[in-house]
Amino acid sequence: MIPIENYLILSALLFCIGLMIVVIKRNAIAILLGLELMLNAANINLVAFNLEYPERLDGQMFAVFVIIIAASEAAVGLAIILRAYRLFQTAVPDDISTLKES
Amino acid sequence: MSYAFYIFAFIAVAAALGILFARRLFHAALLLLVCFLAVAGIYAISFAEWVAVTQILVYAGGVVVIIIFGIMLTARIPARPTAVSNNKWFAGTLLGLAAMGFLITLFVREAFGVGAVPLSEERFTMVNRFGIALMTDYLLPFEAAGLLLLITLVGAAVIAATQNKNSIS
Repeated sequence: MIPIENYLILSALLFCIGLMIVVIKRNAIAILLGLELMLNAANINLVAFNLEYPERLDGQMFAVFVIIIAASEAAVGLAIILRAYRLFQTAVPDDISTLKES
Repeated sequence: MSYAFYIFAFIAVAAALGILFARRLFHAALLLLVCFLAVAGIYAISFAEWVAVTQILVYAGGVVVIIIFGIMLTARIPARPTAVSNNKWFAGTLLGLAAMGFLITLFVREAFGVGAVPLSEERFTMVNRFGIALMTDYLLPFEAAGLLLLITLVGAAVIAATQNKNSIS
């Protein structure tokens, strides 16, 4: 049996790497990759805590719904990125600064 | 069991770090695929088979493909479409037919005398429980997820649809 701390450490590592990707990368699609990684890290936690209560299924159920919502988020996010790309000819959010007072 | 966890964990973290340091977005997407598959392996050894299969189907099969589409459609310099030319027709056909003949004669001649293997009740108990719970205790979230996916489908199509370029400006 793997101690639950190992799951939590793995999840924390993946979450922090995802966070770093979101902050560091400039391309919108790379930011989306980081977001998906963070959602995966959260899912590992849900599955790991479910291991403590094998008679219940709440954690795994939550994980499946998180996966569904992450898929919708990716689809809508990509659609928005494509639309913005068509309008501004760039996929870098920092370059889209129409609303900024300059 | 415990070794498998550490191997999968190492692969997942290494792939995630690879995304962070990848120079090309396409490589980052492929590394994300590796990371998703490793995480699915962790689910599979953590008695969450259903979550593992969903992870592979939805994440590795769906989300990564969407992301790769997005990368291709937002490439600043679109790559030239790869020309697929055929050669070695004779060798390829011979190889394919030989492999097919070998396999079919093998299957016809060799008596796989196992008979129908009864699926044991024990092996699928977790997936059974999951399916029953999904259709009873979690029916409302299940239906809500279906509605959400429909809204996502329509919304993504509407947002990404091609319209007049100066409709928003």
